[in-house]
Amino acid sequence: MSYKKLVSASAIALCTSSITSLAQADDLTLCWAAWDPANALVELSKEFEAESGHTMNFEFVPWPNFADRMLNELNSGGKLCDLLIGDSQWIGGGAENGHYVKLNDFFDANGISMDDFAPATVYAYSTWPKGTPNYYALPAMGDANGWFYRKDWFAREDIRAAFLEATGRELGEPQSQKELLEIAQFFQGREIDGKKVYGAAIFTERGSEGITMGVTGALYPWGFKYENTPGSYDMEGAVNSPEAVEALEFYKEFYETATPPGYTNSYMGESLDAFKSGQVAMAMNWFAFFPGLYADPNTGGDKIDFFVNPPQNQAGSTLGGQGISVVSYSDKQDAALEYIQWFAQPEVQAKWWELGGYSAHNSVLNDPGFVDSQPFAGDFLEAMGAVQDFWQEPAYAELLLAMQKRIHDYVVADQGTAQEALDLLIEDWTEVFEDEGKL
Amino acid sequence: MSERTIDRVATATPPKVARKIKGLSDRAIAWIFVAPTIFLLLAINIFPLIWTIQLSFTDFKANRIGREVKNIGLRNYERILTDNDIWLNMQATAHFLFWTIFFQVLIGFTLAWLINKKFKGNDLWTTIIVLPMMLSPAVVGNFWKFLYQPQIGLFNYIVAFFSGKDPSSFQMLGQVNLAPWSIVIVDTWMWTPFVMLICLAGLRSIPDYIYEAAEIDRASKLRQFFTITIPMVLPFLMLAVLFRGIENFKMFDLVVQLTGGGPGSTTELTSINLKREAFEKWRTGYASAYAIILFVTVFGLASIYVKALNKVKER
Amino acid sequence: MSSFSVTTPSNRSKWLAGTLVITYALITMLPLVWILMTGFKSPADSISYPPKAIFEPTLEGYVNLFTTRTRQTQEFLAENPPQNWADDIVRKYDMVIVGPSKFGERFLNSVIIGFGSTFLSIFLGTLAAYAFSRFKIPLADDLLFFILSTRMMPPIAVAIPIFLMYRKLGLSDTHLGMILLYTAVNISLAVWLLKGFIDEIPREYEEAALIDGYTRFQAFYKVVLPQAATGIASTAIFCLIFAWNEYAFAVLLTSATAQTAPPFIPTIIGIGGLDWPAVAAGATIFLLPVMIFTILLRKHLLRGITFGAVRK
Repeated sequence: MSYKKLVSASAIALCTSSITSLAQADDLTLCWAAWDPANALVELSKEFEAESGHTMNFEFVPWPNFADRMLNELNSGGKLCDLLIGDSQWIGGGAENGHYVKLNDFFDANGISMDDFAPATVYAYSTWPKGTPNYYALPAMGDANGWFYRKDWFAREDIRAAFLEATGRELGEPQSQKELLEIAQFFQGREIDGKKVYGAAIFTERGSEGITMGVTGALYPWGFKYENTPGSYDMEGAVNSPEAVEALEFYKEFYETATPPGYTNSYMGESLDAFKSGQVAMAMNWFAFFPGLYADPNTGGDKIDFFVNPPQNQAGSTLGGQGISVVSYSDKQDAALEYIQWFAQPEVQAKWWELGGYSAHNSVLNDPGFVDSQPFAGDFLEAMGAVQDFWQEPAYAELLLAMQKRIHDYVVADQGTAQEALDLLIEDWTEVFEDEGKL
Repeated sequence: MSERTIDRVATATPPKVARKIKGLSDRAIAWIFVAPTIFLLLAINIFPLIWTIQLSFTDFKANRIGREVKNIGLRNYERILTDNDIWLNMQATAHFLFWTIFFQVLIGFTLAWLINKKFKGNDLWTTIIVLPMMLSPAVVGNFWKFLYQPQIGLFNYIVAFFSGKDPSSFQMLGQVNLAPWSIVIVDTWMWTPFVMLICLAGLRSIPDYIYEAAEIDRASKLRQFFTITIPMVLPFLMLAVLFRGIENFKMFDLVVQLTGGGPGSTTELTSINLKREAFEKWRTGYASAYAIILFVTVFGLASIYVKALNKVKER
Repeated sequence: MSSFSVTTPSNRSKWLAGTLVITYALITMLPLVWILMTGFKSPADSISYPPKAIFEPTLEGYVNLFTTRTRQTQEFLAENPPQNWADDIVRKYDMVIVGPSKFGERFLNSVIIGFGSTFLSIFLGTLAAYAFSRFKIPLADDLLFFILSTRMMPPIAVAIPIFLMYRKLGLSDTHLGMILLYTAVNISLAVWLLKGFIDEIPREYEEAALIDGYTRFQAFYKVVLPQAATGIASTAIFCLIFAWNEYAFAVLLTSATAQTAPPFIPTIIGIGGLDWPAVAAGATIFLLPVMIFTILLRKHLLRGITFGAVRK
């Protein structure tokens, strides 16, 4: 009797005391987008469950709804997610609105050093204000926008000969944006194995972030800048520079002359579909999908190869990827931190890469065998060396939606000129920063 | 309206009966019965409406919890009413409203008129025609997106089959000139049955003797149609138009699933635009002002319309 | 039947009218039939060109709808034979079933919220309708008009303050929150329709009961309710269909625990883009109950629509 009482008494003590919660087995929920790497993370997390005794649940939201759903969840103070692998642009809002737990003290106490992670990823995924040593996330998944193509088509003699005749150049991985377009235009409408194929699948999605992520792939190599001086919000002449106008016109030309019909609102899924169904010679997408593409029984293996977003005036790739954060509304923050601590270990990071996740840990990236470990590993390193991200301001959603509208209006709906689109974008952005009190 | 209240007083339970009633008084029961409903409506309709009005004068952002909220007077209203893009959204909404109503009235009335010929099995076929309007617009809209796919979609294929065009040569959802029609087609498919049912009720309310009298007067069928059928059905038809108008002014689910407002902003109806402002950009104060403007617009238009409707009814 | 009547159309015009209406009905059914068919196609068949009307049916779409799957290595697949027919289907893609999908939960949420809000709307609505029908309530007509006019607000506009309110009250993403909200939206129509039905019941019945010594409440319960049963049932169907189909509030105010099926179905994704057979399977399962309801209860439903609209 008294033994039972004792047990229940201590059980109550365990439940009510926050200090002892380490010993308690929790049900943790991790929220992320529903895509290939998420499945790899489920696999990886089984080890954590075995080691810690906690149970991991996952809430994976399809990309087109991911930002909407998760930001809504954070803004309504929801307790759904204990851990959130949130998009890089959310960090400003996550930090300033108190959605994310600040991790500095935790890192210090547990010997986790941000110097162990690739600087570009720490800067992009973890810090707010940008570049300061205030960390709100641990880099979880490095990512950038890259390209993949039909290696088997590129290798065919008849196609190579036709390309040489048409352009006076050997067919191969493009070295510049303009070459990229030339190759895409070459394939557009060509008949291969009795099937009409098209140049390339690019991002044109209107609703969330698609077309912005696509068009920046052209803007950055042309030398596009958000501000004349970083931190000044001085956009006139930067956002609408002649280079930016040229890059935007380039993207529209690409859309009009080298993409399959009906790809007016396409993003990651549509790009994968177009490639896997053999419709296109090339496609842009996030590196995150490359392991899955390489493993694809129909269009993977020796039929596919990858290249980094080609330079034009300079090298530049659009940043993707996410850091993992602890949600401040969670009741199980200790267990969530435990997960991060576990995840940051070099062995776990190595396994993460092996399973198809893009580790940002230096021990993985600097490993001599890394570049040859996968056909896209070298491209990934190269891309991460020249990545740029969208605004990460707390008002990022307003900034992003303005850009989505202006770019889509111009590129897909064919309204106005590139110059007008960018001028209007500056007006929209100026209004946002004025509301923010930053201008 | 007030006459009806007086009628009710007159026909209320006679005193001699009332005196014999046991239990709570009628007045108490009336309030007990009505109170929960009123309370619910106050809490979930009225209080929020008042709150929206209050928010519309601020620069509040619901995703910025710690941020200081400033009262900015009529600035939100001024911004919205002078925003060129919002006028374009209004135009898109007007286009959608006008053409959906036009086609639904045309097809709906014709169908009702045909069904009223009382051919064999008309009940069953009426039910089948009504099915689309019972279904979830979001789910159906999402599937129509599939039907509209160039090349692989059924819609393009059928059009191609009859017109001889290449089914991948046009994109209902992706082309600026076609997208506004793609949403009109789906809405018409879904809601024509509603207009049809109301018209059918109107047609069935016309007593036979009116036609018989006209026949004795040797009025031609065509003349009967224009002097009896149309005027008698008109009040019903106008009601149907009112309902479709209000519903389509609020249109969100169907179109958001179909086009998401694109390409560019060609099908960005006001509701979709409002959703972006309120729940994606989180400009809560601004969106509140927007909501109030929309509400006043629909309420105003509907009131004017109802006045016209009552005039028609009185005739 | 008399051989000549001005109001009975001739056989020829009947035949013509019938043909036209049936043609329209068949065209209108086409998208629905296509949904049903796509649910039984394989992903490859679903996106074939030209669209396939004849195909080999498979349950892949339904399996994908109800399960989550993960890709596995050849070694793993060789070591672990398929456990059942569903597992067997997904093996084609080097995948194994690892658990149920969220569709079951979302569907259950639709059922809970749909029936919960319908019950509440009918319960409160009947009481209020009875009161409006039988008692003198100050400003009754204005109140009724006002109750109705709240339906003119675009749902997104209503959702802004509701979002803030629910966040404060902790009602975001809860079943209770959604039930209350749908009830508030439905109750205006419910009161309006039910008042019409109760108005039609002669008050002499109740008065007789009252004289017999019933209390007002007993008279309501034992005399009025049974008489209004048909009206209540058809009103309930309307409320249920609204709650069942509602999308805007659900997408804005729920994220996981209380999310219903309409915001969920369009987000079903497969390997790569949208998995159309799975989407179609989900749509079929979700739309079918309403279609069956409509066909079974057509008399009441159709009467309810015209009645509700025309009275206003």
